[in-house]
Amino acid sequence: MKRIDALQRIYKQLDSKLIITNMGAVAAELYSLGHRKNFFYLEHSMGLASSVGLGLALSKPDIKVIVLDGDGSVLMNLGTFSTIARYNPKNLTHVIFDNESLLSVGGFPTATSTGTNLKDIALSSGVKNAFETKDIDDFESLFEKSINIDTSSVLVSKVEAKGPEKFTMDLGLIENKIEFKRYINSIKED
Amino acid sequence: MAVSVKNSELIYKSLKNCGVKIVSALPETWLVHLIRFSEEDPDMQLVRLAKEEEGVGISAGAHFAGLKSAMLMQNHGFLASVNGIVSLAQLYRIPLLMIISYRGEMGETDPWQTEGGLRTESTLKALDIPYDIIDSPESVEKKINKAAVLSESSERPVALLITRDLMVE
Repeated sequence: MKRIDALQRIYKQLDSKLIITNMGAVAAELYSLGHRKNFFYLEHSMGLASSVGLGLALSKPDIKVIVLDGDGSVLMNLGTFSTIARYNPKNLTHVIFDNESLLSVGGFPTATSTGTNLKDIALSSGVKNAFETKDIDDFESLFEKSINIDTSSVLVSKVEAKGPEKFTMDLGLIENKIEFKRYINSIKED
Repeated sequence: MAVSVKNSELIYKSLKNCGVKIVSALPETWLVHLIRFSEEDPDMQLVRLAKEEEGVGISAGAHFAGLKSAMLMQNHGFLASVNGIVSLAQLYRIPLLMIISYRGEMGETDPWQTEGGLRTESTLKALDIPYDIIDSPESVEKKINKAAVLSESSERPVALLITRDLMVE
């Protein structure tokens, strides 16, 4: 499974939800499919995309929050699973594209290539529902299940270590933040 | 040694008066009452962290949602959060109200706190983080309010160091 194909499969589902990505390939590939005002790309502070997602999910309990993350980033903040499990907001889904590689900086193998299993770590940290798949059809159905399940969830998607041709995005960091914040502010809640 | 309940209440009330709705925290001796008040208050969301740097992400998420937040941590937790402070809060202009217990300053009895104490203010200065020291109950409300106002208007991290004289009876 290629990450870009997996993103393409769920792209329509991202509408009207709050999307936080980590930096690098995930951000660049999602952007290449078409930027929307409900997408925030965290272009640094590796590991914190899921913490931003948790803060958002707790602040806006009626809006679905989806974090699109990578194995290299998650390995830098494994405690995030414990913190998410403790509060367990049902509107938070943490998708991790695991290519077993720090692709954006030259393809160095991460610890998921030598036996670390992020789904198992999530479950052992107390996350109630965590899934893993290598198959794109499974990914699509597990994504649907994850975003509708009554707990926080983690979905590990094992993908090929192939990234986008270019990482550049025509979107300023602060511009992205202001646009995203303004989008959230404009949502009418029942 | 006992941690001052009265001064912890003063700090908590000041945070509430500033409109803080989310507090992220990692337990520290001087912060026990503040964390307890946050947990017992139905109008406050407490987020207990595994590591302090996560709190920068929590505050960013709260800021996007339009909620005011604060971080409660020891100075060693601040030192452990530096990349998140620089590469999230400062890079993306996120207001951060950091309440930091100032361990390792004059009167410290724990040897393990002393190196961090020595480097707290110099690190804050190196990071261009405006900070103030609160060492008496009379100045608590005013200093917390001013720090909260500056962090919101500048959309940057601001730190308050709470001292032994304030926290320990």
